[in-house]
Amino acid sequence: MTAPIDTLKELEARVRDLEVTAQRTGQNLDAAITPLRAEVDRLRAAQNPAQPPAPKGDPTRWERVQLARAPGRPTALDYVEHLCTEFTELHGDRRYGDDPALIGGPARWQGVPVMLLLQQKGRDTKSKIKRRFGSANPEGYRKAVRLMDLADKFGLPVVALVDTQGAYPGLEAEERGQGWAIAESIRRMLNLRVPVVNVVIGEGGSGGALAIGVGNRVLIQENAWYSVISPEGAASIIWKDASKAPLAAEALRLTAPDLLELGIVEEVIPEPEGGAHLNPQQAAQAVGEAVTRHLRDLMAQSPTDLKTGRAARFRRLGAYTETT
Amino acid sequence: MALDRFFRRRRPQQQGGADMPDLWTQCPKCKEGLYNRDLETNAFVCHKCGHHLRLDAAQRVTVLLDEGSFTQLSGAVQPTDALAFQDTESYPERLKRAQKKTGRPDAILTGTGAILGVPVTLAVMDFAFSGGSMGSVVGEEIARAAEHAARHGTPLVIVTASGGARMQESALSLMQMAKTTVALETLAEQGLPYVSLLTDPTTGGVTASFATIADVIVAEPGALIGFAGPRVIQQTIRQSLPDGFQRAEFLLSHGMVDAVVDRREQREYLASLLGLLTRREVSA
Ligand SMILES: [Zn+2]
Repeated sequence: MTAPIDTLKELEARVRDLEVTAQRTGQNLDAAITPLRAEVDRLRAAQNPAQPPAPKGDPTRWERVQLARAPGRPTALDYVEHLCTEFTELHGDRRYGDDPALIGGPARWQGVPVMLLLQQKGRDTKSKIKRRFGSANPEGYRKAVRLMDLADKFGLPVVALVDTQGAYPGLEAEERGQGWAIAESIRRMLNLRVPVVNVVIGEGGSGGALAIGVGNRVLIQENAWYSVISPEGAASIIWKDASKAPLAAEALRLTAPDLLELGIVEEVIPEPEGGAHLNPQQAAQAVGEAVTRHLRDLMAQSPTDLKTGRAARFRRLGAYTETT
Repeated sequence: MALDRFFRRRRPQQQGGADMPDLWTQCPKCKEGLYNRDLETNAFVCHKCGHHLRLDAAQRVTVLLDEGSFTQLSGAVQPTDALAFQDTESYPERLKRAQKKTGRPDAILTGTGAILGVPVTLAVMDFAFSGGSMGSVVGEEIARAAEHAARHGTPLVIVTASGGARMQESALSLMQMAKTTVALETLAEQGLPYVSLLTDPTTGGVTASFATIADVIVAEPGALIGFAGPRVIQQTIRQSLPDGFQRAEFLLSHGMVDAVVDRREQREYLASLLGLLTRREVSA
């Protein structure tokens, strides 16, 4: 499917006009611009050969959620093994402990020195339990803040791989300020003066995912999901029945194509036929290519532009109308 | 009759039955019958047990600001159903109901005013509107309030009361956590103070974003404040939660808030604090 070029050009021109008007008159035209931008992104995406092929027996939203959780789906560390020649994991938040659910450290990503932040679910039952299936405690987010400080200090771009059902909902997590830790991590990432590229590689559950998800470019794999709440959580609230999760998944529009349409992600990274778990090597190649391409692009920008560009990206997200 | 019902719905807590006419409100904690006029003069705090009754946004403004000082900023931004969200009811229908109940477009009221003469920009979440949930309108209005404060050189006070991010706007709601943070950083760059006042209840995405990155975090006595809800935590750990867990006093003892301040003393507390942080000189 190819996008009608004229329409895309027209839309782009319209967005530019509105942006100029907004700047000149000081009017807030976000309500008019945001949906147009989303449409432009969508049309661009449809033209871009790096995108998944057009609908043809596409999986349903719920099927994609299941693919995101498929046994054998590559974890964050699997991508690191495929794509990084060096990785020095740094431990601890210097306050309380070391969280195995959120790990990181400097690494060489396809040759580029970067700071990695990884939500790591675990590969077998034992490690899954140890890592709480990628659900971080406050010390995980505080370690992320510490590593982002280092990245800023040494000018290392940040690559963050998001894969969590959400921050860990435990008693001790609350005692140690789970909400506080997430909020600080969001703030730290937004203030970075280095490039930040995020990839949702499986599950992007709520604030626990957003905590390391506020970069200059947010990418998502074709069968990953990203939402304010898990489908099970939403189903429990709406129908008091977690088994209605497939219905909730539809309502939440949590798939990669949905998020591209909403303007929440910049790009959908294609997965091998049938899902990343069927060919981790090929999945990793696609992730590596996309991240490196965005990193190279961002590394040409000044530290100030990186920060203000990122701030502007998140400042305009949202959907509302405005009465005068 | 319709008008009568409208007013009754706007009262802070459910009214008593036939033996408790509209002039009275029952304390949800000690069950004491409280004369509404006494309640108002006592900042909606139970005179018997000290319980802080929940307030809607308009009541909060009355309790916090100098009389007649409030000028509203919010109101023009309206929610929209970008996802065509449908569950047991459509999102537009839910919105309409909440709008009728509260008389507001969404769960937020912002404006400017003064606290004992100290000028502030104020944003108040309205728990009566869809549990104070944060969608695009709440995020945008809070961002605009922060930017207004930055432009006009006033401190910012945000009063939170929220179950968290709004499900019906899915990922767009989630992004409001980042949007509000961006705007608050604009304020921080101006060297202007931001104080959050956490009230019952404050949970989820609000706790994990703008509520907890304030320069000073104040909580109301007894308020439930946390990231995960108590029920979710109970399901995770499969044991009962300790007394006072996630209450304001619990958070104070764990170092998460600066102070727990009785509602009747909040004006003095905030005026003094903001005066000091903005280095306001007063004649000795
Ligand atoms: Zn009482």
